[in-house]
Amino acid sequence: MKQEYTITVYTENHIGLLNRIAIIFSRRKINIDSLNTSPSEIEGIHRFTIVIDETEEVVHKLVRQIEKQVEVLKAYYNTPEEIVWQEMALYKVPTDEIAEKVKVERLLRQYGARAVVIRKDYTVFEATGHREETDKLVEVLAPYGLIEFVRTARVAIIKASKGFHDKLKEFEEAEPGEEVIENEYLSQREALFPDTGY
Amino acid sequence: MTTQTLNAEIQQPAETPNPLQEVSGSVAVLEALIAEGVDTIFGYPGGAIMPIYDALYDYNEKIEHILVRHEQGGIHAGQGYARTSGRVGVVFATSGPGATNLVTGLADAQIDSTPLVCITGQVFAHLLGTDAFQETDVINITTPVTKWNYQVTDASEIPEVMAKAFYIARSGRPGPVLIDITKNAQLQKFAYSGYTPCNHIRSYRPKPIVRKEYVEEAARLINSAEKPFILFGQGIILGKAEKEFKQFVEKSGIPAAWTIMGLSALPTDHPQNVGMLGMHGNYGPNVLTNECDVLIAIGMRFDDRVTGRLDKYAKQAKVIHLDIDPAEIDKNVKATVPVWGDCKETLPMLTELIEQKVYPQWLEKFNEFRNQEEQICIQPEKNPDTEIMSMAEVLEALNELTNGDAVIVTDVGQHQMVACRYAKFNASKSNVTSGGLGTMGFALPAAIGAKYGAPQRTVVAIIGDGGFQMTLQELGTIMQFDVNVKILILNNEFLGMVRQWQQLFHDRRYSFVNITSPDFVMLAKSYGVEGQKVAQREGLKAALKAMLEHNGSYLLEVMVGRENNVFPMVPQGCSVSEIRLQ
Repeated sequence: MKQEYTITVYTENHIGLLNRIAIIFSRRKINIDSLNTSPSEIEGIHRFTIVIDETEEVVHKLVRQIEKQVEVLKAYYNTPEEIVWQEMALYKVPTDEIAEKVKVERLLRQYGARAVVIRKDYTVFEATGHREETDKLVEVLAPYGLIEFVRTARVAIIKASKGFHDKLKEFEEAEPGEEVIENEYLSQREALFPDTGY
Repeated sequence: MTTQTLNAEIQQPAETPNPLQEVSGSVAVLEALIAEGVDTIFGYPGGAIMPIYDALYDYNEKIEHILVRHEQGGIHAGQGYARTSGRVGVVFATSGPGATNLVTGLADAQIDSTPLVCITGQVFAHLLGTDAFQETDVINITTPVTKWNYQVTDASEIPEVMAKAFYIARSGRPGPVLIDITKNAQLQKFAYSGYTPCNHIRSYRPKPIVRKEYVEEAARLINSAEKPFILFGQGIILGKAEKEFKQFVEKSGIPAAWTIMGLSALPTDHPQNVGMLGMHGNYGPNVLTNECDVLIAIGMRFDDRVTGRLDKYAKQAKVIHLDIDPAEIDKNVKATVPVWGDCKETLPMLTELIEQKVYPQWLEKFNEFRNQEEQICIQPEKNPDTEIMSMAEVLEALNELTNGDAVIVTDVGQHQMVACRYAKFNASKSNVTSGGLGTMGFALPAAIGAKYGAPQRTVVAIIGDGGFQMTLQELGTIMQFDVNVKILILNNEFLGMVRQWQQLFHDRRYSFVNITSPDFVMLAKSYGVEGQKVAQREGLKAALKAMLEHNGSYLLEVMVGRENNVFPMVPQGCSVSEIRLQ
């Protein structure tokens, strides 16, 4: 069954890596819903956050292919329940509309939107939240002459993650510990073949 | 083989630069190659790589450069070299068209895990993105077909990048690496502090840690199996684990079948070698894949040409999959027990834990299928009742003369399948073919490289009339460098494999498979390559003998049945047990 997965990739900061990762999806004709690159908690280590709608089997294989890239340290995939995530959106609305209509002001309040720029001709609001929330605000602002809308890619924190500091130390060793090597996948396998009594 | 050393007398050989000496980026490239033990480069010069070629002029005595006739020929030669030597092949090409001509070879090397380091020249850094003369975005063009690539724009990066390139190309699951060097970086002088080989990149884990409990589980499964079956691929050869594999096979007593990339890892006449897997593989190995209880796949990736219809592939079997690449586990066939790691490590661990066994009844089943195949396919193919010869009988005659000691390089198509099915091999790294990509035109240049990779061995390139015409310009390379390769053209005057499919699945609508050829023998003669053409059975053995005994390269064209088909065959979309014998 297809569902939304958020893929988190820890990488070196290397020109061309974005392309290398992106073509893993495009080669299989898989659409990327959202892609964000950002620094991580560790200097020099970058973090990609990629959202796609796919079956777990496909996502699993994609993550293996991503991790295979030389400059990728680690890749994870999670369902929405396993992460804390946010997206930010900007809305440009005619100032006279919002100034005159009390209802708009109420809506903006309701969606937690905040004015970033106020000019005579237009005002830019910012809202942060889940996609349904930022989408909904587009819908309700449309009747009031929404001029422009733009939304960022998703950023996400994995709830169960202890961060990457300790893992990176292991990676820098010539002989890393077992946990760093791709073995969390192997550990999960035990449940995959109950019939063989493993 | 001789290199042209026209200017040898006026030339001063290059001396290894002292640390902290100022050297150019080009010298740093060549010093890196020497430090990595490279003795042969296949390449073609051009504007953007001229500084490297200028430096190469002084390295003539340390490295042999083979001037090919087309960059595709250069990279296939690099592949051939890597496959017979077990070392990294090195290729030079210029920017733009030089680099784009490498793409087919890169894709071939990527899918067949061949270690290569390709160096391409690039326009000056300040011209990048200006549509300069012979500028192409080589890094982005080659990203999907390289294990790693990198653009150097500053000479000081070169020693480290070259060290990484060689380390990445040969470690883990090997593959092609491309380094694109802008012309300014080739010319630029920098303080050279020597070359340090690379053996660790923090983000790159070529060798997974072997988990003993999985090896133990695998051994337990094998020990309790009644009808176990080994499938082996090129991983054995790439992992240099032929000895470890043979010990495993012999202690376990399990029949073993090969993918075409794994061919020659186990001698053909080994009693447990039951033959070839896949679409044109042997009858028993295909049918019995769907009857075994434990399938032990070693260094192979369950390509669709091996598995046929996946949802009907070995469903009854528990699968043990040994591979160094974690992305291969569960990719096509779900593994019951994955054993991640280098098979040079994992095989001895497994051998130690398994019981010494024999499976006489199970092996007998393979024999029964073998006998049926012999009767229906093999004997009629080896001894056809037609006046015109068959490919199989040519291979048989060749086997008699080479005794299985030659390196066999094949192109792609019917002759490739027949050669893989019938050629005898005694030693590993003897079968060079384009397996995953199926690149017509591969064999002639690959044979040149194969000869440089194994100069003491006889190299026979078996090529179809179609494939030969794709890269025949490399006869020029053979001529200039006096490369002793034996070219055996099996001419059926058709693009035979496509014709076979059109006959079987497209109602005999022969659409553009009727290919005409030049006089190959006369063509070879014009390149100074001796040769002859044989159309009569009586002349075959003498002609093959003349080819093998000739002191130097030789082209033998053998006319074979025009509309012969390769059987057995697992038709596309069918299960391996639906294999057809005719």
